[in-house]
Amino acid sequence: MTSTKAKLPWSIEENPLLSQWIDLSEPGIARVFSAKVEIGQGIVTAIAQIAATELRLPMSKVVVVSGDTRCCPDESYTAGSMSIEVGGTSMRMACAEARRAIVERAARMLGSEESSITADGGLILLDGAPSRLDYWQVAREVDWKRPVTGTAPFAVPASSTSLGKSVARLDLPAKVTGAAFIHDLELPGMIHGRVMRPPSYGARLQSLDMSAVEQMPGVVKIWTSGDFVGVCCEREYQAVKALEAIRAGARWIESEVSAGTRSWRELLPTLRSIDSESEVGERPARTANPRRLSATYSRPPLAHASMAPSCAVAVYDESGLTVWTHSQGVFPLRGALASALGIDESRIAVIHTQGAGVYGHNAADDVALDAALLARQVPSRPVRIQWTREDELAWSPLGSPMVVKIESGLSAAGAIVDWSSDIWSGPHGQRPRAHGPVNLLAAAHVDPPIPFAEAYEVMSRFAGGARNSEPAYDLPHRKIVLHSLPGLPFRTSALRTLGGYANVFATESFMDELAEAAGADPVEFRLRHLSDPRARQVIETATKLAGWQSNVERGKGRAAGIGFARYKNTAAYVAVIANVEVDRDVRVSRVVAAVDAGLVINPDGVINQIEGGIVQSVSWTLKEQVVFDGRRVTTRTWEEYPILRFDEVPELEVELIERPDSPPLGVGEAAQGPAAAAIANAVARALDFRIRDLPITRERIVAVSTAT
Amino acid sequence: MSTTHTIVVNGQTYRVTVDHYETPLLYVLRDDLGLKGTRFGCGHGSCGSCAVLVDGHAQRSCELPVWSVEGKSITTVEGLGTLDQPHPLQSAFIDFQAGQCGYCLSGIIMTAAELIGSGAEPAREKIVAALDANLCRCGAHTRIVKAIEAAWKASISGAAR
Repeated sequence: MTSTKAKLPWSIEENPLLSQWIDLSEPGIARVFSAKVEIGQGIVTAIAQIAATELRLPMSKVVVVSGDTRCCPDESYTAGSMSIEVGGTSMRMACAEARRAIVERAARMLGSEESSITADGGLILLDGAPSRLDYWQVAREVDWKRPVTGTAPFAVPASSTSLGKSVARLDLPAKVTGAAFIHDLELPGMIHGRVMRPPSYGARLQSLDMSAVEQMPGVVKIWTSGDFVGVCCEREYQAVKALEAIRAGARWIESEVSAGTRSWRELLPTLRSIDSESEVGERPARTANPRRLSATYSRPPLAHASMAPSCAVAVYDESGLTVWTHSQGVFPLRGALASALGIDESRIAVIHTQGAGVYGHNAADDVALDAALLARQVPSRPVRIQWTREDELAWSPLGSPMVVKIESGLSAAGAIVDWSSDIWSGPHGQRPRAHGPVNLLAAAHVDPPIPFAEAYEVMSRFAGGARNSEPAYDLPHRKIVLHSLPGLPFRTSALRTLGGYANVFATESFMDELAEAAGADPVEFRLRHLSDPRARQVIETATKLAGWQSNVERGKGRAAGIGFARYKNTAAYVAVIANVEVDRDVRVSRVVAAVDAGLVINPDGVINQIEGGIVQSVSWTLKEQVVFDGRRVTTRTWEEYPILRFDEVPELEVELIERPDSPPLGVGEAAQGPAAAAIANAVARALDFRIRDLPITRERIVAVSTAT
Repeated sequence: MSTTHTIVVNGQTYRVTVDHYETPLLYVLRDDLGLKGTRFGCGHGSCGSCAVLVDGHAQRSCELPVWSVEGKSITTVEGLGTLDQPHPLQSAFIDFQAGQCGYCLSGIIMTAAELIGSGAEPAREKIVAALDANLCRCGAHTRIVKAIEAAWKASISGAAR
């Protein structure tokens, strides 16, 4: 056994003991603990595959306990496409270490050499034959307080019955047959609550007439504090009606909080900004006299628009506070709840329970505070709170609007000689406790309020607004300026890819504009500037898969376009080719993608994530924009905030380039940017003019064509 | 004023009392009968998450007052099949891994159940048309259509046997 110090993932560094990751105290079961939670991406299945492989157990003997502050390691958030890269690798190391610990101990118990011991399928084999011991008998003698060293050898994926295989999702059967979500939780004595949110951002509650509400059937508790009003009822529909009545009796004073706009391209560069930059390489001398190109792109604010409104259940009793939540980060939420409520963290348990799809920092954390606030008013009774669809679309944090301006010089030989981009963006990270002690909606509404702290980002590879702003191409010079906007009138935070979607849309649109100026085919132009063999391979694979044709005549109403990126410049490589037909509307008919995600734990799971990422990106790119009228978000229903429908979904084809010997790379956010760029580039070729502001709607095409 | 209604859900007859005359079927299914597989998505019939079969037709239970379904036969996803004995549609969704978060699926499966029960010839366009008012946010659409198509074809060939 080697004892060299391995580089440990963050999760292991923070949670170094084997006992924090695995428990073999119950015979026949390996219980493993992860703070990476199921948000629709299949992580629990993947973690089970990893654990089963390294422990050499069938998956049926592995139980994954995820996102429970009472027993799981603190791995912070399930976010950033890091769950497999960091959480999965950590689990792999822990389980490999556990198996090594079992082998070592078994050798001593049997009085033999470690080399003659094998741990397989739950049994301890001595020279290949079953001994009198199994894992669980040995486990009783192991000191589990030993550190995970990262030096225990991994199982060979090829010999595994589950790693690298398209194992079916463990959570799906329950979801297609009955109760499966936090929304379906039923605890003894549980009551149902609703919260009245203000009608707009600057609104203050002036008066409240509750006389009608108090007489309504089933009302258990009405609680008012500052601008926060909540109600709890015995049954859910009673709470729905009580909320209606509370609204009818509420008088608010509203005010403008900003100028309303739909032209983010015009507005954002005029706002107060905090600027920071990064520059690499030398700008060429003026004498080189390159041809200069410049273009500006924008995207509007986007909503998470999950299928379920956020929900939480909380109970407050003599032992403290227990909260069931679909938050991405049970530990940060516990800290924020402790600060908001003035309860010691040790008296709060936060337990993850699956919700609908999570695409970033939505209202899951906010509704958890709503439930906790009301639970404190009715001790010992579990309180279930569910947001309305309207509040979900209007009050969840939004993906920030962004403007990206790129300027570049092209040599006579058609090479990019310098690259400058200016990015205007609100913050992409305002999760609980990211800035200030709390950052939860209700905390800003109760009396005394704990308002949201002003947030901005500073240029670095971790700055959300700058994500993927550095093109993956070989450039002699690049300069990125991030104009971070702390004063947007609405709350913005992490939405899938953060700034990566807008930055890849802009960068890859601009690459096509440069290619056109250079008289080059877009694929050939990219490869000309790309030496990373893995990047080249995804582009070449996608072009082959799509039957890419160069020198296609423009303006024919139908065309293909390409987009490529390596998400965060560190995660999976994805090249996308989209085929579009533009008549009155844009129709994306077919999308192909080539993906290099290193070692793939579950190929079908990765393909599903890429397919979903593409479809969500088609929806963002063609249809979605949150509208803010200066006071409030006005896109509050599915009619006002339409998303892609079944008849608008393209045919999809995804090819994985598998590299079992490379570390696994995150895929959950890898396809969205390239898909948007592929669509925009295809539309530009189909129309022979370019749409640089998202979404690419009929109105926008008409407006640009009239102006051209 | 509370009212009492007799409804038939998954073949069983229930008498339920509601405080508000317009109480939608969804809340009765979930809170009174404990059938949590029917899901709230928007409350306006815009997303399809709450679809159930009423006399064989997919309807939005979030907008359907419980009084309006008295005497009618209601089927929820629990009535379609169970973990141990899934309906061919439920099996197909698992076979095709047709879902990500899964929240939209029971409403989609109930909508598809009407289609399959219609006796029409299987066709992908009919599936897409039937799902026109069902939303999925994770982007599992293509798998969902394939799963329904497979279950539909299997049901036709099964019936012919």
